[in-house]
Amino acid sequence: MDSEVLIEARGLTRRYGPTVAVETLDLTLRKGEILGLLGPNGAGKSTTMKMLTGNLAPSDGETRIKGVSLREEPKAAKRHLGYLPEQPPVYPELTVDEYLRYCAGLHGVAKADRDAAVDSAKRDCGLGDVGHRLVGNLSKGYQQRVGIAQAIIHRPPVVILDEPTVGLDPIQIREIRKLIKDLGANHSVILSSHILPEIQAVCSRVMIIARGRVVYNESIDATRGSGVGAITLGLRRPPEVSALQGIVGVRRVRAIEPGRFHIEHEDKADPREALAEAAARGNWGLYELSAQARTLEEIFVELTSGDEQRAGDIEKEAA
Amino acid sequence: MTNVLNIARYELRRIFLSPLAWAVLAIVQFIMGFVFINLLVEYAANAGMGNDQFGVSDYIGGSLYGFATILLLLVMPLMTMRLFAEERKSNSLTLLFSAPVSLTEIVLGKFAGLLGFIGVVILLMALMPLALNWSTDLDWGRIVAGLLGLFLLMMSFGAAGLFVSSCTREPTIAAVGSFGLLLVVWLLNILAYNDSIPFKELFGYLSLIDHYESLRRGVFDTADAIYYVLFSALFLSLTVLRLDMERN
Repeated sequence: MDSEVLIEARGLTRRYGPTVAVETLDLTLRKGEILGLLGPNGAGKSTTMKMLTGNLAPSDGETRIKGVSLREEPKAAKRHLGYLPEQPPVYPELTVDEYLRYCAGLHGVAKADRDAAVDSAKRDCGLGDVGHRLVGNLSKGYQQRVGIAQAIIHRPPVVILDEPTVGLDPIQIREIRKLIKDLGANHSVILSSHILPEIQAVCSRVMIIARGRVVYNESIDATRGSGVGAITLGLRRPPEVSALQGIVGVRRVRAIEPGRFHIEHEDKADPREALAEAAARGNWGLYELSAQARTLEEIFVELTSGDEQRAGDIEKEAA
Repeated sequence: MTNVLNIARYELRRIFLSPLAWAVLAIVQFIMGFVFINLLVEYAANAGMGNDQFGVSDYIGGSLYGFATILLLLVMPLMTMRLFAEERKSNSLTLLFSAPVSLTEIVLGKFAGLLGFIGVVILLMALMPLALNWSTDLDWGRIVAGLLGLFLLMMSFGAAGLFVSSCTREPTIAAVGSFGLLLVVWLLNILAYNDSIPFKELFGYLSLIDHYESLRRGVFDTADAIYYVLFSALFLSLTVLRLDMERN
């Protein structure tokens, strides 16, 4: 983990009157990372991203992008950034090509390179066929892609995407996720979402924000590393509970309904194989054996529960 | 500078991609044409009266462009209302704010784009006297002074409208607001006619329209031009300040 630090935010704080939306938030993004910002609605994800991209001045704290201070040299710092806000910032009356060419110019792509930049961004975002169409006539999913293309057109080292899959259909969500993963190969990405599987699927590190504070900041492997969650076991001809209890690695067994059991296992143990073997030996009629890989969700719920009331307040304040 | 030109080019393009600009140009041109022909007929009717002091150029430069100021006062707020308000409403303002361009460049770019539209209006205004060029001798210096005055006046309207547009997210409110603002500055000269008001000359001097009077009569006074330039610069810098406040 000694690769180059691209974003370094220290003590970011943002107050809206008496309400504190984000409080002393520290964030570090290294080269090649896909960082997932996770949090309930109104936890401060968008506010954080707006501060990181210079759209909102922090009340306190400072952001450095590739070592350049966003406050002192905003123009130089923003050159390294691509940002997709919650609503794609598109002009409906322009065609996709015109719009992207404009964005390329705004981001300082030299005139001679603009065509190539537009083409490659379109290729990356699957916009090859719609270049001549008006942005306003595209579906929400395509507009979102145009928004992403806009964020990567100048090939910035850092791409910041605020809820890129909101409002898309499941197929589009899969495509956008694949696109983000591909982006991660060449760019560092910060991605916000409140959809857990999305973060799990694409991110290499997770940061959970609640009440404007960072409450969790680990690599995605750490969330997986705690092993399988609780196991659900379904048997046609169930034995006594005590027989299950005796299997190595099982800590506690609870019958959910006749023939189905909720099994908690010892730390770092995975009794699934033993359970299957015992079921085969005892002819219990095994039809279901599944471990719930919901560790991130458990972490999330644990860290953010009791937030809803407060989150609602902040959201109202921000609006 | 390249950023300003780039923003200006796309701003102008987007102005002309909206039907609003074409509708405004068409209606302005129709009304101006109507007034122009009326003036011509009136002039022709009075032609035999032997008044050498009052030529056709006075008619065009004076009456026609004098009337145009009122029409443009009504129309310019419609052209400026969208500049920031609509972008804010559709969230596309974020694009400019996250790009490596300064607020001054954004404001100047948008303003320069608007100047392009104003240039088109001036061109259309010039076409009417140009139509007479082959049938009579025109005092072009006088007409150009009138057009230059109109340009400076519209530039000031545009800068004030740009500022009001940066204060709100509703284009209609921006239109009403800038119309109100412009009308108040315009009407400041009423105060100048009231003897009971202290510093009445000052109010007369601050009024938008008084500085157009001499240009309309064909007299180019640097002081008038500087008044309009300062007026525009004031509102453009206020716009930059307003946008900067938005981030805080």
